Amino acid sequence: MKIGENIKLYLKYASVCTQSIMQYKVSFFLMITARFMISFCELAAIRFLFDGLTRIKGYTYGDILLCFAIVQMSFTFAELFGNGFKTFSGMVRKGEFDRMMLRPRSLILQVMGSRFELGRTGPLLTAVITLALGIRHSRVTWDMAAVWTITAMTVGGTLLFIGLFILEASFCFFSIEDTSLINVLTYGAKSHGKYPIDIYGRGILRFCTYIIPYTLFQYYPLQFLLGKAQDWYLPLCPLGTVVFWLVCHAVWRYGVKHYKSCGS
Amino acid sequence: MIEFNDISKSYRIARRGSGFGNAVRSLFLREYDTIHALNHISFTINDGEMVGYIGPNGAGKSSTIKILSGILSPDSGSCLVNGRVPWKERKEHVRQIGVVFGQRSQLWWDIPVIDSFELLQSIYAIPVSKYRDRLDELTQLLHLEDLLKTPTRQLSLGQRMRCEIAASLLHDPKLLFMDEPTIGLDAVSKIAVRDFIKKMNEEHKTTVILTTHDMQDIEAITNRVILIGKGQKLMDGTLEDLRLAAKSLDPEGENSETDIDHIIAGLYARLNIM
Repeated sequence: MKIGENIKLYLKYASVCTQSIMQYKVSFFLMITARFMISFCELAAIRFLFDGLTRIKGYTYGDILLCFAIVQMSFTFAELFGNGFKTFSGMVRKGEFDRMMLRPRSLILQVMGSRFELGRTGPLLTAVITLALGIRHSRVTWDMAAVWTITAMTVGGTLLFIGLFILEASFCFFSIEDTSLINVLTYGAKSHGKYPIDIYGRGILRFCTYIIPYTLFQYYPLQFLLGKAQDWYLPLCPLGTVVFWLVCHAVWRYGVKHYKSCGS
Repeated sequence: MIEFNDISKSYRIARRGSGFGNAVRSLFLREYDTIHALNHISFTINDGEMVGYIGPNGAGKSSTIKILSGILSPDSGSCLVNGRVPWKERKEHVRQIGVVFGQRSQLWWDIPVIDSFELLQSIYAIPVSKYRDRLDELTQLLHLEDLLKTPTRQLSLGQRMRCEIAASLLHDPKLLFMDEPTIGLDAVSKIAVRDFIKKMNEEHKTTVILTTHDMQDIEAITNRVILIGKGQKLMDGTLEDLRLAAKSLDPEGENSETDIDHIIAGLYARLNIM
């Protein structure tokens, strides 16, 4: 199947899911508002923190806002597109996944498409506000390199979080046990990732580089964006998340193979 | 053509005694039972055949359907469906099969049936003109005119099943697997479904494999019956063969002539496969 056809099918899925959600208008608006409020409180928390401080480990208010905006956008996009993986255990239990295997399309595409939830875009509004504030308060010169870096960071972060969602879903193939432990890696990373990772110390920085490579889309390119380092390779770090995604994809494929041999 | 050759499949399921103590124990010490769902099963089905696949609950019917449709891979044995191994060439294989699960829906719950159909058109990449013709034909045969604009959740079971069957046939599959398609339906819907399956077979030479507990389905639709029990194939022949087998096992049986349900129940009991 060509990429164009897959995108067309995904859009079709998205429109069907959105139509379904619109059947329950009140819950849709409540969800979008609630999610906006939650994320907006996090922004407010940063604002209050900087009432008493001017810098955290050398990062200014503007720097932190930029970092938070990027992580927030990545995570929101990942939730929007990868929501299907988060509810995947239910799909397996209800036999929905069996049905997907009976259709001549990529399984990942079907899982992603069948749970597209527009209501998850609430935090995007916070992210945009944060980004605007961050741009005003930080002293970044917005040349081509900076625009590339911030875009690559967002896309890279989205890929990494979707990868983690896929990884979490893959565990459903092997065990019916609860896999919410991995939420530490997704939600935990989202809420702590609003600050540059080096403020948590060397140990965490290492974990976030070699185990789950959050630093690829956050810490390293951020150093370049904020003008703290000039090395040419730093803006290219987010490309590394593609490799991480491929690893998650391989685990997924192995899981599907296992599922076929064991049944549900 | 389907060649199902010497297929075996077993599952390992966790087992524990009842009660809290045993539940805690099983956290640390797991005991497993092995269930032989299929035990060296072989059969061949030619194009255009209509086969009833019967056996008591847990006999291995669903496992067979899952293997044939590529959802499950067997432990040993080989299976070719129109020259393809179902679980290895998934995408190519599923293009030419339609599967109806009586107990599960494939329609989207909150949107009108026609929208589900259009999504399926995109999924199977059916050309628009072909899709229209097919939809017209299915709408007519299954009397769907008034149902298409209704959300699935508001359909009765019989109405929904007719839509389910249409959904499985939109891409014009050569093979149709039906796992208990008439379960829970009223008499009118059952007859409509049966008539439709027969018509599909006559007009499109669709091969149909049907699992059911409803012996009237078998009588009405199929000309060949495969009986399995405890994972083994016990009989493969016509309905008449089945009657004769029951008779030979129980020459003095009172019911064996009159009621097909009794014949089957008698056979199960005598072959000890309950």
